[in-house]
Amino acid sequence: MTTTEDLTTSLRTILEKYDTSRDNLIPLLQDIQEHLDYLAPEAVSLVAEHLDLSENDVYGVATFYAQFRFHPPGRHRIKICQGTACHVRGGGMVLDAISRKIGIVPGETTPDGNISLERVACFGSCALPPVMVVDDTVYGRMTPRKSEKLIEDLE
Amino acid sequence: MNFADIQQQASRNWERFQSGETPRILVGAATCGRAAGAMEVIRAFREAQAADPTLLPVEIQEVGCLGMCFAEPLVEIRGPKGDRVLYESVTPAMVPDLVQEHLRQGRPISRNALCRMPDGQQGEIRDEIPLFTDLPMIHHQLRVVVRNCGFIDPSDIDHYIARGGYSGIARAMEMGPDAVIEDVKLSGLRGRGGAGFPTGLKWGFARKAQGDVKYVICNADEGDPGAFMDRSVLEGDPHAVLEGLLIAGYAVGANHGYVYCRAEYPLALERLRAAIDQMRNKGFLGENILGFGFAFDVTIKMGAGAFVCGEETSLMQSIEGRRGMPRSRPPFPANAGLFGKPTNINNVETLAAVSAILEKGGAWYAGIGTEKSKGTKTFSLAGKISRTGLIEVPMGISLRTIIEDIGGGVLDGKGFKAVQTGGPSGGCVSAEHYDLPVDYEHLAQVGSIMGSGGMIVIDEESCMVDVAKYFLGFTENESCGKCVPCRMGTQHLLRLLTGITGGQGSEDDLETIRKIGDTMKKASLCGLGQTAPNPALTTLDAFMDEYLAHIRDHKCPAGVCKDLISFSIDPEACTGCMACAKVCPVEAITGTKKQPHAIDPQTCIRCGACRQACKFGAVRVE
Repeated sequence: MTTTEDLTTSLRTILEKYDTSRDNLIPLLQDIQEHLDYLAPEAVSLVAEHLDLSENDVYGVATFYAQFRFHPPGRHRIKICQGTACHVRGGGMVLDAISRKIGIVPGETTPDGNISLERVACFGSCALPPVMVVDDTVYGRMTPRKSEKLIEDLE
Repeated sequence: MNFADIQQQASRNWERFQSGETPRILVGAATCGRAAGAMEVIRAFREAQAADPTLLPVEIQEVGCLGMCFAEPLVEIRGPKGDRVLYESVTPAMVPDLVQEHLRQGRPISRNALCRMPDGQQGEIRDEIPLFTDLPMIHHQLRVVVRNCGFIDPSDIDHYIARGGYSGIARAMEMGPDAVIEDVKLSGLRGRGGAGFPTGLKWGFARKAQGDVKYVICNADEGDPGAFMDRSVLEGDPHAVLEGLLIAGYAVGANHGYVYCRAEYPLALERLRAAIDQMRNKGFLGENILGFGFAFDVTIKMGAGAFVCGEETSLMQSIEGRRGMPRSRPPFPANAGLFGKPTNINNVETLAAVSAILEKGGAWYAGIGTEKSKGTKTFSLAGKISRTGLIEVPMGISLRTIIEDIGGGVLDGKGFKAVQTGGPSGGCVSAEHYDLPVDYEHLAQVGSIMGSGGMIVIDEESCMVDVAKYFLGFTENESCGKCVPCRMGTQHLLRLLTGITGGQGSEDDLETIRKIGDTMKKASLCGLGQTAPNPALTTLDAFMDEYLAHIRDHKCPAGVCKDLISFSIDPEACTGCMACAKVCPVEAITGTKKQPHAIDPQTCIRCGACRQACKFGAVRVE
């Protein structure tokens, strides 16, 4: 379990890499999210302090972009593409199947913290639809059945 | 080292790579290849190599995307006799045979061989394997932007240089900035991000702008669903783009460039970072590039997931660390852009074309294409088409050639209904315009746009109202909310379209859609809102009967809109193969083997999985 102190120390190490100009805001948030998997409230205050911005301002930017999360994600992250090519080739069916299987809707994490489900606008793998991403692996040519099997293998 | 030495060294490395001396395995490992399983194939080859290193003195290399994504994973094998064969749909299970037959014995396997690659020696290649350039998908193409994709190792700058790379910037610096801009004007190149503004003219504005500090930006925020041209170029040939940015910087007088690339493209970002490091090592970035006294450096900025950031003023806000919201123009970025300084923004594909133009000259490029739309354009072919992938064709080629000859026609022999071009900003081109020459003017004439180049083929089993609703769902979600016409307009259009697909629409709604759409086009602040109604307006024009069927008859003719359809099985056509029952996610299909099945309408969630699975057309939708 990470204590607040540990968290602050590790965040300070990240902060030190960036000077205090405002155009570092998004890269800094990205770096922190890479490290923590989400933007903890403590992280937001430290970033605000470092760049001499209000927390309000930092949240204002962070909430605008789809990339940033304010809650820890599940141990496994499933992203299902809903781009046009995936849409016309059954991406919705894959999303519905997974949603039914694990009992959560996109944007949620299973109560045991194992899996979080996200829908994404487009991955750019439009030639192999429907596409789903489990953690960092991209799977093309999915079907509801194939996607359910992939989920079953997730510990 | 001067440029001639750099070129010489690169040529030596390239020749070694090209020569048949070392057997070689090239695996298409761009994102699409990986999605199809390329990394597992690479692992299998490595294991085979580890098991017997003496018999397999091969180099295994990752290359970019050749564009034939439908056949991924693609593996090119150069056997001991120099023959180069491209295999399609390679699986780890095929690896032992490929190793034994082709790599050891020098006998290419016809099964799964897609083609012979150019420059390969004949060896023992059998005649039934066609040549790469004779493949129907490749035959009509003309590769300028993707000239190197799939042929070179994108992580090796020498490969790029040996194929003519960086001679464009060398030539540019000999010509001087004004002559460079004239050459780009002469080429007729228009911005490939979608709007089609003449690139040379744009550069001229930025050059003339007053300011001690100027910027150039590469817009790699390819957020259009259905488009992946920029990703493929960045993954397959990052130097082509970076050289274009360098040339743009030189021409307008900027010493700093940004690449704004979406975070959803991790491999493209990795390739860019590596390429920038190599540029520094070779002296293509830094204080005194190639000894011409020009200083230039590049920073990568990663997008954070906002479609509107593809719009230039939003993109600059995002680089500055703010919400990516557009602002009204003027002032144009050429005069007051990033950090208030004169800024020039070009799309990935534009810049990749620029490096080729400066290498070969503007007149060469102007010789390709049509009178007002010069050169080539890349398109991503996706949707209900047999050969999905990335293509590059001369402007003016007909839609029919693209879809039938290159794309192999509509998937599963179904009827062609429309093609959606230009993503959410574009429109649907219906079958009556099948012979339309594809260029900026003709697409605009039929109410669509070139856009960045996404082409989604729609067949008779897709519902046009659903397609329009899909795009409005996307733009409604991505509208930044700053201006009312876009914020409210997308919400209202989506509500109306949702009502129609749910069987609750009225004919008055159609007039309302037109009114709201026209208002949004005229009054929205940026391109997102101005073009968001296009999918609804163009489908309304071309597919009115489909809208009316939803409204008057409460029917979805294509059998897509869930609230208006029901599924049943035709007992005459059903062979009892169980395929539908196997895929049904809710077990609504009952029946025993070899006996006709039945669907329980109460349990059925109308997902359509059974209809897709049935090979006998026995699943009926009404």
